[in-house]
Amino acid sequence: MTPTIAVRQLWKVFGPRPERVVGTPLADLSRAELRARTGCLAAVRDVSFEVARNEVFVVMGLSGSGKSTLVRCLTRLIEPTSGEIEIDGEAVREMSAKRLRELRRHRVAMVFQHFGLLPHRSVLDNAGYGLEIQGVGRAERRRRAAEVLELVGLTGHEQQLPEELSGGMQQRVGLARALATDPAVLLFDEPFSALDPLIRRDMQAEVRRLHAEVGKTLVFITHDLAEALTLGDRIAVLRDGELVQVGTPEELVGAPADGYVADFVRDVPRADVLTVRWIMRPAVDGEECEDTPLPSGTVIRDAVARVLRAERPIAVVDGGERVGVVDAEQLLPALLGHRRQVPA
Amino acid sequence: MTAVLTRPTSDVAEPESPRRRATGRTVSGILIVATVVAYLVFHTTAAADAPDAAAFRFLGDVRDWVDANRDTHPVFLYGVNYLRLGVRLLVDVVRAALAGLGLAGLVAIAGAIAFVLGGWRTALLAVAGLLGFGLLGLWPESVDTLALTLTAVLLSVLIGVPLGILAARVRWVGAALRPLLDVMQILPTFAYLAPMTLLFLIGSPAAVVATLIYAVPVTIRITELGIAGVAPSAVEAATALGSTRRQLLTKVRLPMARPTLVLAVNQTIMMALSMVVVTALIDAPGLGVNILRALERVNVGAAFDAGLAIVIMAIVLDRVTTAAARRRRRDWRIAVPVLAAAAVIAVLPIPDGLPRISFAKPVNDLTSWVELHWYDSTEGLKNTISTVLLNPLENLLVTTPWWLFTLAVLGFGLLVAGWRAALIAGAAAAGLSALGLYQHSMQTLATVLVATALTMLLGIAAGVLSARHDRLAAITRPVLDAAQTMPSFVYLLPAVALFGASRFTAIVAAVIYAVPPVVRLVERGIRDVPATVVEAALSAGSTPRQLLWKVQLPMARGGLLLAANQGIVMVLAMVVVGGLVGAGALGYDVVAGFSQREDFGRGLAAGLAIVLLGVLLDRLTQGFHRAKGPS
Amino acid sequence: MKNRQLSIAMVVTLLLAGCGGAKSDAGDNKPSAGSKGTVKLAINPWVGYEANADVLAYLLEHQLGYTVEKKNLKEEISWQGFETGEVDAIVENWGHDDLKKTYIEEKKVAVEAGPTGNTGVIGWYVPQWLADEHPDITDWNNLNKYADLFKTSESGGKGQLLDGDPSYVTNDEALVGNLKLNYKVVYSGSEAALIKAAQQATAQKKPLLFYFYEPQWLFAKEKYARVKLPAYSAGCDADPKKVACDYPDYKLDKIVSKKFADTGGAAYGLIKNFTWTNDDQNLVSDYLTNQGMSADQAAEKWVKEHESTWKPWIPAGS
Repeated sequence: MTPTIAVRQLWKVFGPRPERVVGTPLADLSRAELRARTGCLAAVRDVSFEVARNEVFVVMGLSGSGKSTLVRCLTRLIEPTSGEIEIDGEAVREMSAKRLRELRRHRVAMVFQHFGLLPHRSVLDNAGYGLEIQGVGRAERRRRAAEVLELVGLTGHEQQLPEELSGGMQQRVGLARALATDPAVLLFDEPFSALDPLIRRDMQAEVRRLHAEVGKTLVFITHDLAEALTLGDRIAVLRDGELVQVGTPEELVGAPADGYVADFVRDVPRADVLTVRWIMRPAVDGEECEDTPLPSGTVIRDAVARVLRAERPIAVVDGGERVGVVDAEQLLPALLGHRRQVPA
Repeated sequence: MTAVLTRPTSDVAEPESPRRRATGRTVSGILIVATVVAYLVFHTTAAADAPDAAAFRFLGDVRDWVDANRDTHPVFLYGVNYLRLGVRLLVDVVRAALAGLGLAGLVAIAGAIAFVLGGWRTALLAVAGLLGFGLLGLWPESVDTLALTLTAVLLSVLIGVPLGILAARVRWVGAALRPLLDVMQILPTFAYLAPMTLLFLIGSPAAVVATLIYAVPVTIRITELGIAGVAPSAVEAATALGSTRRQLLTKVRLPMARPTLVLAVNQTIMMALSMVVVTALIDAPGLGVNILRALERVNVGAAFDAGLAIVIMAIVLDRVTTAAARRRRRDWRIAVPVLAAAAVIAVLPIPDGLPRISFAKPVNDLTSWVELHWYDSTEGLKNTISTVLLNPLENLLVTTPWWLFTLAVLGFGLLVAGWRAALIAGAAAAGLSALGLYQHSMQTLATVLVATALTMLLGIAAGVLSARHDRLAAITRPVLDAAQTMPSFVYLLPAVALFGASRFTAIVAAVIYAVPPVVRLVERGIRDVPATVVEAALSAGSTPRQLLWKVQLPMARGGLLLAANQGIVMVLAMVVVGGLVGAGALGYDVVAGFSQREDFGRGLAAGLAIVLLGVLLDRLTQGFHRAKGPS
Repeated sequence: MKNRQLSIAMVVTLLLAGCGGAKSDAGDNKPSAGSKGTVKLAINPWVGYEANADVLAYLLEHQLGYTVEKKNLKEEISWQGFETGEVDAIVENWGHDDLKKTYIEEKKVAVEAGPTGNTGVIGWYVPQWLADEHPDITDWNNLNKYADLFKTSESGGKGQLLDGDPSYVTNDEALVGNLKLNYKVVYSGSEAALIKAAQQATAQKKPLLFYFYEPQWLFAKEKYARVKLPAYSAGCDADPKKVACDYPDYKLDKIVSKKFADTGGAAYGLIKNFTWTNDDQNLVSDYLTNQGMSADQAAEKWVKEHESTWKPWIPAGS
């Protein structure tokens, strides 16, 4: 099956004559050196990844890592310097202006950090904006806007102006606006970083719920590791424009690709993220196990009670096959020590 | 009401190091000494300007050519004359519409519009104001002025808004327009009346075009600001949803810039109104005619009535447009019936009869009393300022050879404003003598400098006072508002009545004209000093005086310098208008230019000289403001 | 309503003019003051002129039934008005041979409409008391001797010669230069300012040398002595830069636009026939300036009291 989004060797260089960088020795320079030498900034460097249908793909990085540039390149809000982008197998960079507009109108929608709502329009008309510019009739677009507003829990606020709403509610409008055109792909650019922590958690839950209900492909940009771990099926870590590691949350925590990622995940309570697969040991021949095995995908925290209560090791199974065993001895380091040594 | 409009002064120089400051001081010392020595060696006897410099003859020939070809040359047959006809048609249609409504109809319509836009308070103001025109017996004149103003505003908006959008969206358009607008905004109104009559002859079309030229820079500037200020996040979001460029403009940029666009219209109206009054000099009808006549008869009372009508018009137009800028929900269930009722009233034939009130007599009585009893002190003041300040300065300037003046401008320009501004200012200085009007320019410059000094003195004092006393500020604000809506030459009258025909009259008028914005800028500058800094100074035990001199004034320096820049440009505009009342020099040349045929070339040259003088003063002070202002 | 018709007429003109380009008088093709239309009178900025215009306007409106539009214009600009159709008539013209040449002979947009009956005098004056104190002051040869008397804050160490509105007919700058007088011309800007200065000079006994002219109501109130300049001889003022002689006496006359002369009917007749004396004009000027009367009131009063003067102006058959 073709991936929903495929990105290959994507570059975005800002500055004078950016095209001279890619594919030349300049491309091998570090960001700082390139800047000193040419005045160019390589915001995205040679990035490749694929996102499968209905996957939640999180791009995580610190500010300045190029993650916002990356997500804008996907629909060419920022024109990439080189590389390929395919959405549903169609090359985005080859699209005409008209075709690109079709893509933005019907297939890919975006939610922004600063909402980007139109202050002079009511909540309802904001939500219906995407439909309006497609030429959908007034009655129809109001009906659909009202539907998506209900979906995000804003029923009753239709006639208010954005400035009359709280930040969290404004972002719900932004979300509704993106959902209204029923796109297959939703791009989120740090949508919740401007919100209070409590509201942020609500909104994250909201996104999970919506994903479960409507089942879209989500690309989610964030600088917040906890958010990435909560939402992401897979997480891509971006540093100085380069992809450092792409993997599931437990791959990141369990096997950071380098010191940078390890530093990042250092404070993550590993028991919350890792599954028993990461701590099991091979069974000793003839070892007696508890009657009920643990599936290998069980998060450690959820296994704690059983393992500690058990008198014998517990078998870990993947499907029907036993792949290892855990007992308290494996469990304790995972519970106590967050600071695992970085693999060489 | 009238927000003081400043040209963007974004680029700020790097803060200077102490060492650079020290060398700067040495350099300026050397420069001053060199200038003084050069003056002592080279000063001249101030021979009067030649009566027919090459420039005058050339411009006179231009006039003759235009006169001879007005009805034959294609530029006129297919261009200028059509423009004139079109504008006249537009004015006539607007005037016919306004006059056709009659007093009652126009009051009703204006009230209804004001109600819909701003609520009942605004409506009340509009109704009272328009009735005021009738009460003052100035109804037809007011309608004429209103028609000309609205026509000019309509054209300014039609031309200025698209240009402003382009300037904000297309980089080279913005870059190309900027210097042009800079010059247009320092053009004193007086300078382009003569060229207007040359192209468009006398009458309403020339008046509208002159007003358009005066007002449109503001429209363009504010529109550009508004469009450029639209939150990029909203534009990006709309783009991400697949908006076309046109959709972005009509659905995002324009609606989001609406409050700023309304402000642009508001400011355009204010500018247009003050210019329309001045165009009475080239046969535009309206309240300006009353003021001009009052000026000719030194009838302060008559001018007071007309001036009052202008202020009323300005306030009504301002309040209504300001109300329109506020984003509020309009209840069409009330608005529609109100509009309908107004329309009915407008159709009904209601006679215009109203009782008359006039302030002419009491004002004239007061003026005569003052003239009689203050004669010695007004005369004394005039003579003191003239002999102590004005004459020595003028003498100094006119006896300076033109090349020395140019060099001095260049030198000091380099020192305070950077090489670019210095070059422009130096070129302008040299241009004055190339036009053959060096002596007159220096006389005008002397008057401008004295008036600016007085303006700054008064303006800073008043600004500091109102920044420190809230109650005083609350009282002065409406006075300043009203003062700023008055067209410049209204101020000539009280000055003429008190001081007769003299340069000092022009100085007094210029000071009255330029002080309000200076007060405002100074007050704002001081009030903008961060509260935490003031608090820190107070907790360190500063006395109020120390607070003012050591904290507030130094920190408000940017505001003060900006005030000086604005003040000097306004003073120049007024001083040349003073040519109408004996201030002589360039202003007189301009007046004579459009009233005496053989002086036309000289008048046009004088107009150019005024522009050059304006550019010179503006570049130097604005450069100063930019170079030394806090970031 | 009139305006609306005008607008429609102008739309039509615009359309018609479409093929041949627009001339400067396009849009003014309605017959000038035809069947009881509007007469556009220029109003030049001195009260004597207004007296002429006010009486004529009154008669046009009340005797002949025209509408009168008064346009406050300086002299030269009024002449331009003939070309644009903004002006039908100038009712007190002081010489202006150059303008006559341009607009009457060359452009053929204006024609003369006969004298007003007034004789215009331009000259330099001092208050009578000053002439009494220094009898020789009224000879220009002695002016330099008295220059100090006339010094003001505006005259830069020289004597001041106070002139009027910059638009007035004057050779004073050239005269001062060519007669080598130690004086500077200062423009007061208007007739009223000139009169105010003259009155102050009399009341406060302040020396004043000023440009002034007759007919002028002020001479009926206060005494001023004229300063003798080198005598006028025909052509001595031909080159404005070399003038060194006194002003001639002007036969004041009326100028009307060609179009008005052709189609103006009774209104043109009235203006052409108009002629009165300096005393008549001074009387109306006095009403206007000192009796606080409006233009209409002043004209009405004079018209009521001088029927025999104006009756003959009314064209036969109207």
